[in-house]
Amino acid sequence: MRADHASAVTLGCVLGGALLLAALNLLVPTASAFHVPNFVVSVAGKYLCYAILALAIDLVWGYVGILTLGHAAFFALGGYAMGMYLMREIGARGVYANPILPDFMVFIGWNKLPWYWYGFDHFWFALLMVALVPGVLAFVFGWFAFRSRVSGVYLSIITQALTYALMLAFFRNDMGFGGNNGMTDFKDILGFPLDAETTSVGLMLATAAVLSLAYLLARAMTRSRFGKVLVAVRDAESRTRFLGYRPESYKLFVWTVSAVIAGIGGALYVPQVGIINPSEFAPGNSIEAVIWVAVGGRGTLSGAILGAVLVNLGKTWLTSALPEVWLFAIGGLFILVTLLLPRGLIGLFAGRGPMAAAERDRRSAAAEAAMREVAQ
Amino acid sequence: MGGESGGGRFLRGVVLIALLLLGLQWCWSARAAGDDPFSQIAATNADTEARGVQALATSGNPRAAAVIDALRDGTLFAWKWPRPDPPLYIRAANGFVDARTGAPVASPPSPVNLRRVIVSDAVRGAIETAEGALGLFSKSAARRARAADALYQSADPGALPLILRALKSETDAGVARLLREAEAAALLNSDTGSDAARIAAINELSARSDLSARNLLASLHGQSPPVAAATADAIRTIDRRLKLWGLVENVYYGISLGAVLLLAAAGLAITFGVMGVINMAHGEMVMIGAYTTFVVQQLIAAATPGLSEFGILVAVPAAFLVAGGLGVVIERCLIRFLYGRPLETLLATWGLSLVLQQAVRSIFGPTNQDVTSPDWMSGSLQLGGLVLTVNRLWIILFALLVLGALMAVLRWGGLGRSIRAVMQNRRMAAVMGIRTPWIDALTFGLGSGIAGIAGVALSQIDNVSPNLGQNYIVDSFIVVVVGGVGNLWGTLFGAMLIGIVDKFVEPFEGAVLAKIIVLVFLILFIQRRPQGLFPVKGRAAEA
Repeated sequence: MRADHASAVTLGCVLGGALLLAALNLLVPTASAFHVPNFVVSVAGKYLCYAILALAIDLVWGYVGILTLGHAAFFALGGYAMGMYLMREIGARGVYANPILPDFMVFIGWNKLPWYWYGFDHFWFALLMVALVPGVLAFVFGWFAFRSRVSGVYLSIITQALTYALMLAFFRNDMGFGGNNGMTDFKDILGFPLDAETTSVGLMLATAAVLSLAYLLARAMTRSRFGKVLVAVRDAESRTRFLGYRPESYKLFVWTVSAVIAGIGGALYVPQVGIINPSEFAPGNSIEAVIWVAVGGRGTLSGAILGAVLVNLGKTWLTSALPEVWLFAIGGLFILVTLLLPRGLIGLFAGRGPMAAAERDRRSAAAEAAMREVAQ
Repeated sequence: MGGESGGGRFLRGVVLIALLLLGLQWCWSARAAGDDPFSQIAATNADTEARGVQALATSGNPRAAAVIDALRDGTLFAWKWPRPDPPLYIRAANGFVDARTGAPVASPPSPVNLRRVIVSDAVRGAIETAEGALGLFSKSAARRARAADALYQSADPGALPLILRALKSETDAGVARLLREAEAAALLNSDTGSDAARIAAINELSARSDLSARNLLASLHGQSPPVAAATADAIRTIDRRLKLWGLVENVYYGISLGAVLLLAAAGLAITFGVMGVINMAHGEMVMIGAYTTFVVQQLIAAATPGLSEFGILVAVPAAFLVAGGLGVVIERCLIRFLYGRPLETLLATWGLSLVLQQAVRSIFGPTNQDVTSPDWMSGSLQLGGLVLTVNRLWIILFALLVLGALMAVLRWGGLGRSIRAVMQNRRMAAVMGIRTPWIDALTFGLGSGIAGIAGVALSQIDNVSPNLGQNYIVDSFIVVVVGGVGNLWGTLFGAMLIGIVDKFVEPFEGAVLAKIIVLVFLILFIQRRPQGLFPVKGRAAEA
């Protein structure tokens, strides 16, 4: 009952907030004090994309216990798939006016579109790739990782190595994805010009809708019997295996779904910020996204959304007001949240004292260690 | 009328005399050509002058170097008016010196009678060759070797007689070899020489076996068939040797990169390998060690500039204490609350690394700090076809020393015994009276201190900036994981393996792709052997 209430509040906040911003931007005259400027709309759209990424991370970290330090890679891959569509949409309006080749390819002297760019002139194909590319990569990666029972910190480190390797790869010009500069100068999406304010409002609303859908999907998954097994895998993987479940299959499924959700978030992100480049793969981004989830509250879904929005609000404000302080703030946040607030802000609101939660965590860790000893 | 005709006669007389004088001068110049080189240099004809320079350089005259130097510097003066044995003067700081004898001129000539000897382009070329040639007869063997090498590089057939002369009087075996190589190069570039002599020259070059010899041989065209065959043969031989040297060189670079990785990873092998703490701020400990080096260097330069050469010796213990002390503080204030929760440790120490980076950036500024290497750590060594930089050699040595010291401490030291006891069986160690929380703090401090020492070494070869540590953290984890957790020999092996693999892939695929390949290799490796190459057997190993 209580959790249903929470999900209603979450959905209400996301959709209601998005609609309110849209209305204040489009319907209220510019002169009015209640008018919301365009940049606020696009910033809100960006936060909602981050919230989708945070939701994806919470799904694997909060419910299956996989601390991923490479989820921004899936986000960026989805973004690149969308960026390729937007590049093809530019057509002959580029600087070099080549109807087929994007500007950066003309610039480095290519005269033929590489095979992996075929089909990206169709929106449906790009959408398919937005889901397929991160999904397949996550599936292959997870297949190897979970089969050989790589877990815990080792898994975290190889997810980080994955995004690091992708970053280095995408920095190369001859990959055919724009190298250092990535892709930018997009003109329109599905015929709507990207610089029009109605387009950015529309994109922001679409992002809110996708976030709500993703939230509902994640909630449905975690509240079902399937979700119970996930939590069991998180808390006592060996015991779950002894009971006859196959933890690796559960992990692989959730991991892949989570990567697809992250990819969709990235695809919505790119048209709203107008650029995608390899720095989106930077390992720091993935780790920062993890802290959004930790701040909001791990394993709560709505906490991930809350954390993503709050931390990014703080980041936007601090990086412009006190740029020196931002790294201290985010660094301190990492330390304070892990030490004092293991259940995050949601845990605080839910009335469970943070110290009690920490105590419970310690106990469950001790219990698991004891179980391991017994298993040996 | 008479006056007019007298004026005409006078004019005719002047022209005649002028012609006579010109003719005389020409005669003297022409005669001077067969004369001594000093007179040739004094000639107004540039070609004669150039010939004179050449002749002087090869004459073995002890005054040659001084005269040619003076010519180059524009301090050589000749008698302005034609005369059979024109005096040459060098303008020194206090008056003029006779160029032929080097004796000071007692009665200085009037400047009206002197002209500066002009250096035209043709003469300049001759001077350069002459300077090379002069070196061949220098007393210093090193200078002779340099001159022979310059002649080898120019491969000028005109220098052949000179080289042969020098070869006759050469006593140093090394210089003689260089001269023979120069002779071979000059001979191959000339049109003279029998096939047998040419083949001998080719063999000489093939023995030299470097890129310049290969290029020279490859540039030979239009040779007779036996010579061409010998050339092709020699090129093949040289290619084989160059490949071998390249291989050795790659191994050396790999080992030197491995030593850097080993230094960065040795501390991590303690904190992560022994204690199981995921310390993402490990790279920042390295960075702090590098900044300690910088501060120590500044302090010593301010206090006793004479000792700044040895500042680095002070920096090593200083960096160990600073980073180690910080490590103990971190363990007491942060890590100890997170034992048994590796994922939370990872996040908290990541946050710590951001804070430390920003703190250093706020204190020292975002730009690179200048840490100078002492003289005894710079320069390079030549070893066959290898050029080894001295600071890399020191780092290899230093890395092995640090690893050895660490192993000795863990094996024989009192602290090391306690560390091993706590690692193997915490409860039993506590029962035996070991204060395990204190040992945890000291172990973490030891690992952090080693990282600080690594920072001292890295400050010599890398930029000292707040981001220094970030470049090494991923590599360090890779090394520890590949080598096997809790095993220092494994760390050594892992570091060398990653370093050498990296350097061998790099020339073929480029540095970025080499990195990617190493990372992919790591991902596959962890999946195949999650416990590393050398897993610790027994109860300490995690299931």
